[in-house]
This record gives sequence, C-alpha cells and structure tokens, in this order.
Amino acid sequence: MELKPLHITGALLIDGDTPRPGSLLAVDGRIAAIDPRDLPEGTETVDARGQWLAPGIIDLGVFATDKPAFHFGGVTRAALMPDIGPLDGAGLVERAAKGGKPDLWVHPVAAATKGLEGKELAEIGLMKQAGARAIATGRSRIADSGVMRRVLTYAASLGLVTIIHAEDEGLTAGAVATDGEMATRLGLASAPAIAEAIAIARDLALVEETGAPVHFRQVTTARGLDLIRAAKAKGLPVLCGITPAHLLLSDTAIGDFRTFARLSPPLRSEDDRHACLAAIADGTIDILASGHDPRGPEDKRLPFAEALPGMAGAETLLALGLNLVRDGHVSPGRLFELLAATPACLLGVDAGSLAVGKEADLILIDEGTPWQVDAKKMAAWAGNTPFDGMPVQGRATAIWKGGLRVR
Amino acid sequence: MTNATTRPASDYPPGGDAFRHRHLLGIAPLTPWEISYILDAAEQWVEMNRSGAAKHDDRLAGLTIINAFFENSTRTLLSFEIAGKRLGADVVNMHAAQSSVKKGETLIDTAMTLNAMRADAIVIRHASSGAVQLIADKVDCPVLNAGDGRHEHPTQALLDALTIRRRLGRVEGLTIAICGDVLHSRVARSNILALTLLGNEVRIVAPPTLTPPAMERMHVTSFTDMDEGLHDADVVMMLRLQNERMDGAYLPSPREYHTLYGLTPKRLEKAKPDAIVMHPGPMNRGVEIDSSIADDPVRSTITEQVEMGVAVRMACLDILTRRKRGVPGWN
Repeated sequence: MELKPLHITGALLIDGDTPRPGSLLAVDGRIAAIDPRDLPEGTETVDARGQWLAPGIIDLGVFATDKPAFHFGGVTRAALMPDIGPLDGAGLVERAAKGGKPDLWVHPVAAATKGLEGKELAEIGLMKQAGARAIATGRSRIADSGVMRRVLTYAASLGLVTIIHAEDEGLTAGAVATDGEMATRLGLASAPAIAEAIAIARDLALVEETGAPVHFRQVTTARGLDLIRAAKAKGLPVLCGITPAHLLLSDTAIGDFRTFARLSPPLRSEDDRHACLAAIADGTIDILASGHDPRGPEDKRLPFAEALPGMAGAETLLALGLNLVRDGHVSPGRLFELLAATPACLLGVDAGSLAVGKEADLILIDEGTPWQVDAKKMAAWAGNTPFDGMPVQGRATAIWKGGLRVR
Repeated sequence: MTNATTRPASDYPPGGDAFRHRHLLGIAPLTPWEISYILDAAEQWVEMNRSGAAKHDDRLAGLTIINAFFENSTRTLLSFEIAGKRLGADVVNMHAAQSSVKKGETLIDTAMTLNAMRADAIVIRHASSGAVQLIADKVDCPVLNAGDGRHEHPTQALLDALTIRRRLGRVEGLTIAICGDVLHSRVARSNILALTLLGNEVRIVAPPTLTPPAMERMHVTSFTDMDEGLHDADVVMMLRLQNERMDGAYLPSPREYHTLYGLTPKRLEKAKPDAIVMHPGPMNRGVEIDSSIADDPVRSTITEQVEMGVAVRMACLDILTRRKRGVPGWN
C-alpha cells in the first residue's frame, strides 16, 4: 500500500509552550514541513477543525501490549517492561518488539539480570541488537549493590539507560501500603515512605561513581524527589518519572480496601502527593507514563493484601495529563515533553515532537470533550483503574503511526 | 449487677433507626449510641444465660446461620455457635482453614455458594484484612465480622466494653491501657475505635516494633514504657502475643518480652488500686501475663469476657436479623 502524503490543516500545533494555529505535512512517514506552502501531488488533507495536533504519546514502562487501550489513549509507542516473560533473552526481545505490528510501536525494555532475579547479568548486548531500547530492574530493584554497579557500567557502555524501580526490599517486605493513618485503620501491613529515598540514594551514589545514565521510573515521595533534584543540580545523568495516580491520588484512595488502588509503589500521603505536583511543575520530574498494567478479577477481586498491584492506565493518561494543564501545573508544550519528547530521547527513537524529519507519529486531541472513566467500559483488557467514576476532559480522536492512519 | 448506664428503650430512635447497618463489619462505621444499643440489648441475654435450665429463646427459630471460619478459631467459633443456638437458630459451621480453601476467586465463589444456600446470617473469620467486607458485598444476608486479618474484630470490642461497663459501672471517662502486640492485633484496633468513641482515654503500650504507625491519628497515646503506660489506669487490657513474633524479627525473646512488657503484680501496682485486667485469650501465661493476675477473680475479667461474648453475639444476631424477621419498625 502506497503511503500518501498527509496534510493536517486547521490544527492547534503543540510544538511550543502553547498551542498555535498551523498545519503539518508528512511525507513518507516523516514530518516534512510545518505550515507547508507547497503540497506534493496526491496529498491527502485532513481538517483538524481546531483540535490539538500533538506527537503521539510514548508510554515509557507498560506491562502489557494492550493495543485497544493504547489506541484509545493516543499512545503510538509503548516501552514494554521486561516482567512478563521475563524479557531476558534476545529471542524474547525480538518477539516482543514485533508484538505491536502493524499499528503500534513496541520498544522492549530488556531485563537487566537473568530472570530479573538480580543476580547475574542478562545478555544485554545481544538484546540490544534484537531491539531492546533500554534495560530495567523490573517491578523491584536489584538488592545487591555489587550486581547493580556492574549492571549500570555494562549498560552504559552499550549506550543504554537503566530503568530503576526504587524501593528498599527490606523495608517493604510484606507491605501493601504506605505507613500512615489509612494503613493503620485498615490493618494493612505498611512500609515507611523513606523506603523509596533509601533506594534512590544508593543508586544515585552508584551513578555518581560510574557516570551511568539512569531513569527512576516512578518517584513518588518528597524525600525521593529532593534527592533527584540535588542529583540533577550536580549534573548527574538522572531522569525520573511518575504516573498520574501518584499525582492525583493519595492513600485515602485505598479506603474500603479498593484493590484497584493497590499500586507499586503504594499510594502515598497527601503531603507527598503535593510534593509530586510541585516536582512536575518545577521540572524535577521528566516523564509522565501510564504504568499500564491490566489485571483481571482473578488478580484484583481479592482481599487487599492478596491482590496484585497495578493499574490499567493507558487510556486515562492523556486526559489526566490534561488535568495537570488545566490546573496550571504544566503548559501544553511541557505536557508533551513529559509524554513524548523525553521518553523518545531516553529510548533513542526519532519521534516524540512536531519537528521536521521526525517520524510522523501524530495524534489529534479534542481537549475539551468531557467523559467519565468507567472501569466496566474500558478498552483495555481489564478495567482496573483507580480513577473509576472520575469525570475527565479530553481524548485522542485520531492517531497516525508513521504517517499512516491507525484510528 | 445493675447498671446505671443502661438506657431505657425510649432513649433510642424507634425501630431500625437505632441500628441502621445491614452488616456488622467493624466498629468504624458505628456511632456511640449504636454501640450502647447493642450493649443494652446484650444485658437481657446475660440474665437469660445465667438463668439455669431455661437458657433458650426461639426468636431466630427457622433461621440458618453459617459460621464460615477461614482461619482457625476455637473460642470465637464456639461463642457464635452457642449464641445462635440459644436464640433457636440452625447453626452450621464451615471450617475452611486457609490450606484447604485456596485463595483468590475461590473466596468470592465460596461467598456465592453460601449465599445460594440461603443463609440468614453469615459469620466470617478470615486471615486477610478486608476479606469479610469483600464477601459482604456479594451476599444478600447480614454478615458479621468475626475477625479479618489485623483489621477489626467488632464483637470482641463490644464484649470488652460490656465487661468494663458491668465491672466499673460505666465505660466512659476511663483511662484504658491496651498492652502488647498492637501492630498485628485486630482486637486492639476495634477496641481503640470503640473505647475512644465512647469517650475514654485510650493508651497503647507496646514495644516500638509492635506499634502501628500514625497511632496519634487514632486519638490514642503511645507508650513504650509499661510502667508509665499503666500509671493510674482503670483498665489494663492485655493482648495475646503470637509465638512467631518472638523469633527475633519483632522481639528478641519471650523472656525479654516478659521482663519489659509482661504484666506482673508489681507492675499492676502502677494502675489504680481497683483497676481490672482483661485479656481476649488465649493467654500465654508467664509471657504477657502472670498466672497470679490471670487467676485473681477480683482483678481479672477473663472468664467474664467469655461470658459477655455469648451475650453480645446473641444481641448482634438478634438485631441484624430483625429486618428479615419482620420485627415491627425494622424494615
């Protein structure tokens, strides 16, 4: 099938801080011009009718290749965490990379250690050749500091970022919530929030020592964010991310034993939530991701402590991100740095912004449309959202992957 | 014993408004007057239970009560069984220790099964916090929580309140020290809620490793020094210490625990001279409590607590099935 040149007109382009009227031309799957004067022959024109035109979302750190959810949410690229499998061999990585074809990019994140057990280095080099775009410690951290140090230097030598889950396993053993009134009232085993800062502190020391680039996939506490802020001020190669859950919910959401609000790391105090909002506003947080982790009733319709952590987040990511814009925490342009440009940079893919020469992964957004999150009517294969019932605004109305209309 | 604080029925809102809940899942959803209502209702069952051969009432005749215990229990199960039978109900016990009933969806399936059997009330104990509520959401009949994980054990708190009220004449304005493994104790949580709600000063006395976080948010004062915690207390409530907590993870050894936190006659002198000593049982004699105190009929209320347990559970079963039985005013 021949790919026709694509001209999107009447759009509000998200290529600076604020949306501006303009048009965009894509030829051969790449962005050829912004506000083009001449159009090639046979160009297909799409009238955006005043909607936002933004780069497709690059969702950094998902746990399932759940296309319907990604398409609903305006996600054109998903960086798949290594936990299912686990992705610790070149063959598995190659297969995972093909899992999204033809209408979704899947970028596998390789397991840092064999079986994600935190003991022996996985074949990181071979997995890179097979398509791995980064490596990760998975749902937990590497407890052994010696192993972690070797992982960091090895991955850095291959030009790969190490994606880290930061929780101290000694403090969090058996815990399903953060220390606080809620956990105490519900009688749930809990861990102090400093479990995160302790883990971050160790890994930052290793980064300082080795110079290896790292990304803390979720930083959710004031003390953790303070450490990241200080590390960035020193010029260390550190990025950190968060999901909307830790920005918009605190541990009161687990009241009534709502297992959909059982997350990893667990929801934090209201003070920590406000620290996260401040950190996304001041630029300490670099990446906003969904943490998409669909879990069916067999994993969630259980007593709280027996349920598995995780949320289906891909289809609410954009709308909840737009919440941050409306509440004045970030500008529209900044939102898409968090959702697309920075993740693209981390993964080393030529996408994530509306710039000439980039892959034409595009979404149109009707930013005003109100809708209600409904766990029973999700596109994802499981509806385990902690935002069930929440009224939100804004959704993706059209998606192009490499200039080809997907939805 | 007569009780000045027992209120005449006319003090309460009429009919179902005196107790608006379908289930008894915990103390947390209750108001002070709802607690008093249950305690007052239990008084008549105390009298009946003591009345020799005629310990029987037929008001629950024809009703089926299932005791579904997913965690081992002897005394609570027996207490609920006797309570149901004394009111004339058909009581069935389901022993489903964690090993035989697999976790997961099976718990919901079990709930659906119990529901399909048309039980008129289900009493549930489960090792996981929140499990009882999960089942209650799936069944059509009243559910009574007989203990879920570390969360709540409401009938224990009610029977403790009744015991205190009968012994000391009131259960308000007292200083009550709850001592021991508060972290893992559902008895402690339910008692903290009930006793603070009724207007008592509640203290907890526990080693820091067994003190839950954010205790001040539950309106109690924490002590790690037992002598300080017991000072001038009206009630000393001891908690059972599970043996597996004493293997070094939370506590160094039983003997160290006994030295620092065991209730000895000398330590009890710190409390008020007429202070009562409570324990939910079963006791570790010589670890958390000395036998000389446990067996002292003047100070110890331990057997009385067991007695009040039956009466309180009769009251709860009666009240929660009133709608089903069509008691006038309860709909």
